[in-house]
Amino acid sequence: MSEHGHHEENFFSKYVFSTDHKMIAKQFLITGMTMGVIAMIMSVLFRIQLSNPGEPNPLFELFLGDWAKGGVMDPNMYLALVTIHGTLMVFFVLTAGLSGTFSNLLIPLQIGAVDMASGFLNAMSYWFFFISSVIMLISLGVETGPASAGWTIYPPLSALPQAIPGSGLGMTLWLISMTLFIVSSLLGGLNYVVTILNLRTKGLSMTRLPLTMWAFFVTAILGILSFPVLVSAVLLLVFDRSFGTSFYLSDIMIQGEVLSNVGGSPVLYEHLFWFLGHPEVYIVILPALGITSEIISTNSRKPIFGYRAMVGSILGIAFLSFIVWAHHMFISGMSPFLGSVFTFTTLLIAIPSAVKAFNYITTLWKGNLQFTPAMLFSIGLVSTFITGGLTGIVLGDSALDINVHDTYFVVGHFHIVMGLSAIFGMLAGVYHWFPKMYGRMMNKKLGYAHFWITIVGAYGTFFPMHYLGLAGLPRRYYSNSAFPMFDNLQDINEIVTVCALIGAAAQFLFLFNFFYSIFRGEEAVQNPWKSNTLEWTTPVARIHGNWPGEIPSVYRWPYDYSKPGADADFIPQNVPLKDGEEEH
Amino acid sequence: MTELLIIVAIVVAVIAIAQVVKIFELANKIKGVKESDITDKDNDTQGKLLLTFGILFMASFFVMTAKWNHLLLPISASEHGVEIDLLMNISMGVIIIVFLITQPILFFLSYKYRGRKDRTATFISHNDKAEIIWTIVPAVVLTVLIVYGLQTWSKIMDRSDLDDAVVVELYGKQFDWTARYAGADNNLGAANVRFIGGLNTVGVISESAYAKQMAGLDNNIAKAHVQMSEELNANKRVKIEARLAKMESKKSTLTALVSITPKDLLEAAEDDVVVKELHLPVNKTVHLKFRSQDVIHSAYLPHFRVQMNCVPGMNTDFVFKPTITTEEMRVETGNEAFEYVLLCNKICGAAHYNMQLKVIVESEEDYNKWMAEQSVFAASNN
Repeated sequence: MSEHGHHEENFFSKYVFSTDHKMIAKQFLITGMTMGVIAMIMSVLFRIQLSNPGEPNPLFELFLGDWAKGGVMDPNMYLALVTIHGTLMVFFVLTAGLSGTFSNLLIPLQIGAVDMASGFLNAMSYWFFFISSVIMLISLGVETGPASAGWTIYPPLSALPQAIPGSGLGMTLWLISMTLFIVSSLLGGLNYVVTILNLRTKGLSMTRLPLTMWAFFVTAILGILSFPVLVSAVLLLVFDRSFGTSFYLSDIMIQGEVLSNVGGSPVLYEHLFWFLGHPEVYIVILPALGITSEIISTNSRKPIFGYRAMVGSILGIAFLSFIVWAHHMFISGMSPFLGSVFTFTTLLIAIPSAVKAFNYITTLWKGNLQFTPAMLFSIGLVSTFITGGLTGIVLGDSALDINVHDTYFVVGHFHIVMGLSAIFGMLAGVYHWFPKMYGRMMNKKLGYAHFWITIVGAYGTFFPMHYLGLAGLPRRYYSNSAFPMFDNLQDINEIVTVCALIGAAAQFLFLFNFFYSIFRGEEAVQNPWKSNTLEWTTPVARIHGNWPGEIPSVYRWPYDYSKPGADADFIPQNVPLKDGEEEH
Repeated sequence: MTELLIIVAIVVAVIAIAQVVKIFELANKIKGVKESDITDKDNDTQGKLLLTFGILFMASFFVMTAKWNHLLLPISASEHGVEIDLLMNISMGVIIIVFLITQPILFFLSYKYRGRKDRTATFISHNDKAEIIWTIVPAVVLTVLIVYGLQTWSKIMDRSDLDDAVVVELYGKQFDWTARYAGADNNLGAANVRFIGGLNTVGVISESAYAKQMAGLDNNIAKAHVQMSEELNANKRVKIEARLAKMESKKSTLTALVSITPKDLLEAAEDDVVVKELHLPVNKTVHLKFRSQDVIHSAYLPHFRVQMNCVPGMNTDFVFKPTITTEEMRVETGNEAFEYVLLCNKICGAAHYNMQLKVIVESEEDYNKWMAEQSVFAASNN
């Protein structure tokens, strides 16, 4: 069979209702980037508020309108901004934007399949995500404001419109949007798992899978197992909000009125939420780690160090991620014994994580490093993954968590380990696979500038937050001026805001580079990074069906870089072993 | 006008970048190289930049720590807090050591092995011995931290010796705190959100509160009946009837609550002391109990290393022993105006950032003197 169903298409079937995995990947990427820019602008707004508390700013009025009358931000709008910033970043950018983009783009290409197992489900997955995004954006414009109970939307705050205006229509839309998002995520995840299990080309055993594939595979399983629990949490919350049930509500008096709810417990919600919420951070970080493994190996011109250990640590992290959720709840009022159990399991995660970090570093050792922008972002990821991971040892320890829980120490920790690492992985992926997506190259010099400004801005933003946290500063405070004990932290807050502004500005460099290169970038060659994986054996033209002729068979693992006795410093996976050549 | 200028500035900036990019591309075309190719010069520059960044990153860590160390929380003002701080220092020591080893290695290796066309990488796929070492070493270090951490945790959570503890309940609501002391009998009365009314702001259940509420309700019911007898408008009559039904239902709720509350708790409630300031005697164990009226709050006392969520419909608690008085802490921190403070640390609404309670630690003598000046619930509720 030489024709893999490549046929002429009109504009709509090609760019909009496409079932081609490469097009769907681009749709996920562009939507994710759009949401990312919105979430980033929100963070700029609330950072300005934090460094200049209560001061009027014309930017506020420009973006927030009536929520910033005279340029002074309304406290409710501040909470709405941090809530939506978190929601967009965690789910829309780093779950759908990252996993959705690269799972879709790379799974069929790297395993040698003409498309996903079900192209239709795949398209559905995108369109559910799209509708979910639209609803989330609509919620920004409702009169009572968008959801404002924090991205974790703990009830009763999220259940009672009397408690905060954002818990009115804004929260309803948030819940609808997230439900659709979960549907999208499940459709995508099932597809990824089935595709990887069933559609691998001849010779591609699981032990020859690129680490990207392992990461996406395990990520998809995590999503399938944990997102349904969030659906139940959300549904019960909808019942409590709209149908008078008491799953999460009990003994509440609000605005002078006693509610009739008895017997519910917000702690139940916390358990359900974090049963998803914790695997979710690995759903975010694992694809980034997979992408980096691939990029670091390719650009070190060296095999990834300890392939089996890398796979093992992905599996270990994934397993452990299901039994650590209550480390978000040490001081929620749950039994102290549970606190002990979850401290134990949580700190265990540091072991596979340490293995990953050491293996990355060792991969660089004695390499011949090619500093593409993608490689720089990958090295940046290793740095942030270590920095942020280490402070997790403090937060995972129940005794220590007491005094830093919900302070800026936590904000610094998770922004570095999961926010920055995942964003760096995503940006690295875009720079690396841009030629596969658009047949052109991104501009290298702009890429370098983007990386350097970003990493300085990012560390400058999030590293000082640890000091704020150790000074006892709580997160989600509209202003730090109500407590004299925080007055002398003003300098740090100003530094953080300046760095955040610098980091945010650098992203426009990337956006420019991205869109400019789509149309005007230098034309790509078939295998610009001299990489081994199968996607680089497809033509630059990016046809429906991926390969014009036979699908290549696989004869070796993907990391034969600089193999002694070989002609070049890379041997693609579809090159048969030479006589007497051993498989690594 | 400003907006227009901003837009113009952005457009000009975009055009400028585009032109610069174009110049680079043209220059490359003339030189016959592809812009995207990574040259030895690129590798050299980026490798050096990575090394420089690594050095500056480490240096800035030391500068920040030296500069901001005095801004961090002062020494712990509670007994268990000292242990938390010790555990914290040890954990921080461990992670800072790892940080200071791994980051320089990462950036140094990036620099050292920056690519050159005339070099090849060494094919190293794995090394079992090395990998076992860096699995076992973290495992051992973490085992130590886990065991140490769990010991500290179980000590903090220990509730076995509370006989002499001063019992205080903290009641959170949007957006303030109320403290309730157990009084002379050191036995805190029961409370329920349905008992809130008038001066009974935290819903204490007691005979006197019950009598007062019932009398108030009876009074209002009688008034409503009078209104009813004079009212001819059917719509208004319906409204009054609804109000009557509501009051009757409240009466039966209150009666039910009182009847299920043990007698000794009803009595224990009468001498409770409800105040808007948290006074604590130094060197005495304090048993803080938490409740919330509306949404989740979190009672955070950073100077004592104490934090616990306040959850509606649920009772939570924390036991600790303050060891430094406010006066002593003023000397310690060199800050005349120093005050301990309780803040809310769980997002709870618009004024979350300003939900606080003044905390004063004083000698037992001063504490007793202050306590004697407060009126008990039975008196304050009337």
